Amino acid sequence: MKKLFLGVLTALALAAGGTFAGTLDDVKARGNLLCGVSTGAPGFATVDDSGKDVGFDVDYCRALAAAIFGDPMAVKFVGLTSAVRFTALAAGEVDILARNTTWTYSRDTDLKQTFLGVNYYDGQGFMVKKELGVKSTTELDGATVCIQVGTTTELNLADYFKENGMSYEPVPTADNAESQQQYLAGACDTYTTDASALHGTRVNLENPDDHLVLPEIISKEPLGPLVRHGDDNWADIGRWVLNALVIAEEKGITKGNIDSWKDTKDAEIHRLLGTGDDDILAMVGLPKNAMYNAIKAGGNYGEIFENNLGATSGINIERGVNASWTKGGILYSPPFR
Amino acid sequence: MMTKIAFVRKKEIPPSAPPITEVGLIGWLRQNLFSSWLNSILTVLSVYFIVIMLWDFIPWAYGGHWNTKSLRECLDLDPDVACFSVLTARWKQLLFGLYPAEEYWRPTLTFIFLLLAIVPILFPKFFRFFWFSIIYPGLAVWLLWGGSFWSISIVYIGLTLGALFFLTLIRRYLKNYMIAAILAFLFTAVFFLFISSPLVGLLNVILPISLPFVESLKMGGFTLSLIVGVTGIVASFPIGILLALGRQSNLPVIKMICVGFIEFIRGVPLITLLFVASVLLNYFLPPGTNFDIVLRVVIMVTLFSAAYMAEVIRGGLAGLPLGQHEASASLGLTYWQSQRLIIMPQALKISIPGIVNTFIGLFKDTTLVSIISLRDPVGLASTIRADQKWNGIYWELYVAIGLMFFIFCWGMSQYSQYLERKLKTDK
Repeated sequence: MKKLFLGVLTALALAAGGTFAGTLDDVKARGNLLCGVSTGAPGFATVDDSGKDVGFDVDYCRALAAAIFGDPMAVKFVGLTSAVRFTALAAGEVDILARNTTWTYSRDTDLKQTFLGVNYYDGQGFMVKKELGVKSTTELDGATVCIQVGTTTELNLADYFKENGMSYEPVPTADNAESQQQYLAGACDTYTTDASALHGTRVNLENPDDHLVLPEIISKEPLGPLVRHGDDNWADIGRWVLNALVIAEEKGITKGNIDSWKDTKDAEIHRLLGTGDDDILAMVGLPKNAMYNAIKAGGNYGEIFENNLGATSGINIERGVNASWTKGGILYSPPFR
Repeated sequence: MMTKIAFVRKKEIPPSAPPITEVGLIGWLRQNLFSSWLNSILTVLSVYFIVIMLWDFIPWAYGGHWNTKSLRECLDLDPDVACFSVLTARWKQLLFGLYPAEEYWRPTLTFIFLLLAIVPILFPKFFRFFWFSIIYPGLAVWLLWGGSFWSISIVYIGLTLGALFFLTLIRRYLKNYMIAAILAFLFTAVFFLFISSPLVGLLNVILPISLPFVESLKMGGFTLSLIVGVTGIVASFPIGILLALGRQSNLPVIKMICVGFIEFIRGVPLITLLFVASVLLNYFLPPGTNFDIVLRVVIMVTLFSAAYMAEVIRGGLAGLPLGQHEASASLGLTYWQSQRLIIMPQALKISIPGIVNTFIGLFKDTTLVSIISLRDPVGLASTIRADQKWNGIYWELYVAIGLMFFIFCWGMSQYSQYLERKLKTDK
């Protein structure tokens, strides 16, 4: 019965999806992009004191809006909780979901979504008090661990300790907030969640220097933007805006110096910024200077990272694996040609 | 022989003061706090717990920082006191959500009008201002969401014309209420289908009155809690009464529909209904349909609350002696007359505590909308914490939100007690 019900739902969703003329046309007709972001994830999406949307995912959507309309403000941000994010995308309430969402097999296939790439390689980490004297997760045998119940982090934790032949005692919590309170109150030796969240939390503890985020990352959490199945052109647009930001960093194109590349001998830069002769962006239905606008909106990948997650933001996350491949990271975009 | 009386008191003895242990502070303490061993122990324990709580809370709250720029600054100044700066920075968001700052006057005015509109309902003395309570819902919708003044007023114009049409028919031409009602309904339907939109267009040209449109995405904070809570409360009450009456009806179809509705809604958690509103409805509507999320939530909350209200009122109806029904019938009153004059006034009076209980519960349940991504105060708290400046702030935000909810719920409770005292006839 349940299967039948779900089947009917899926059929309806597909029928609904089928009536789209094309997401790009819909977006252009509407005059703005509907971007699903988190209702609150430090560094990734929130609103600032003046009510303006800010964050790493927010800046990506602004770049996408700039690519389409030439205006980074032509985007409406729809805050979505993790409970409703996928259905909101499937039902067409948003055009794109950029909500620090982990790319997994089943989300890609079973939920009928297309991930556009990875904009942040996250992973599960541990925070400990320095006085504990622990320098590595391999020394955590027998530790009490504060862990959010019902999350993938809980499963990762069990797997990791089992693999390494260690034991631990879980202290279950409802969310990151409770984990943090329990950890500070001394109910557990260490608390674990995505490393990006640990860094953000640590900076705002009473004495950040008393706490340490252990260097090991025990799981892969590649976060990225995603769209519905069924509109490949739209997926291409989202994917290549992301790639353009990465390439821009690789080539050293920044928000500030973007206008000074007219005389470069690098043909890829001309293609990217639309300063050359060939207009390859017409293939996806974007204006020739779309990527120029996208980079101009919030800068290249590195600048967006720096402003929202890096030193400027106060969260102080190191680039690590999220650095460009030319600088020892794994961020690598296919060529723009 | 006369008995010799040695002494006859000429004056009454002046009443001596009661023993010091029975009056004043000591007397009160003895009677209320130390009347027995058990009570004395409980009193001492309670005082102990209150003191240790306040011992920490008062210095924490009293010495709190109000003007720092971030949590980090608070912690660097003095980590042991509250960091209320987050409220200084964000109180407007907690009240108005993401409503555009230059339009804050609109929700404020809506709230002031709300207070004015409920006065005639709460206090019979001011019943002559009831007309304001009638126009308030339209006014509130227009103020909050904006758009053309006429597209809201047309609803009132249409309904008024329909009512006038009905009354004219009854007075002049027809005796049959049923036929008149059907004709009036058709008249109103024709008005809304064919006449209203050209008329609105015309009025917009002649006298354009409009406010900038604010979409539901921007609604949040206590404004949203009040929109959902007040609409739910006001709408669920009449629906609840009808459901309660329907459940007791002798007509099997009506009875079955009412029982089915009540039992279904009561059997499902509110959060499930909210998920249906947020997630499932979209699957069934054609894409691009803009069925407002706040409206969807309001409808679900109303239905949920109406089912509970129906049962509360049914309890009141059941508490009424059967003789009341029979007496009103023997007076020759029709069903509706007897409900209006005899049954409901008594049944509702009995149900007041239960009704207000449901209202308060509903108002607090509005915080559940944060789970389906609406930015009510609780949802905003997590948004605010996602700003690195305030990442890690918990108590200050929740204390403030709790206090706001307490004020509203306490107000409702006080009014219900006032109403109970006022309506108390069995002295």
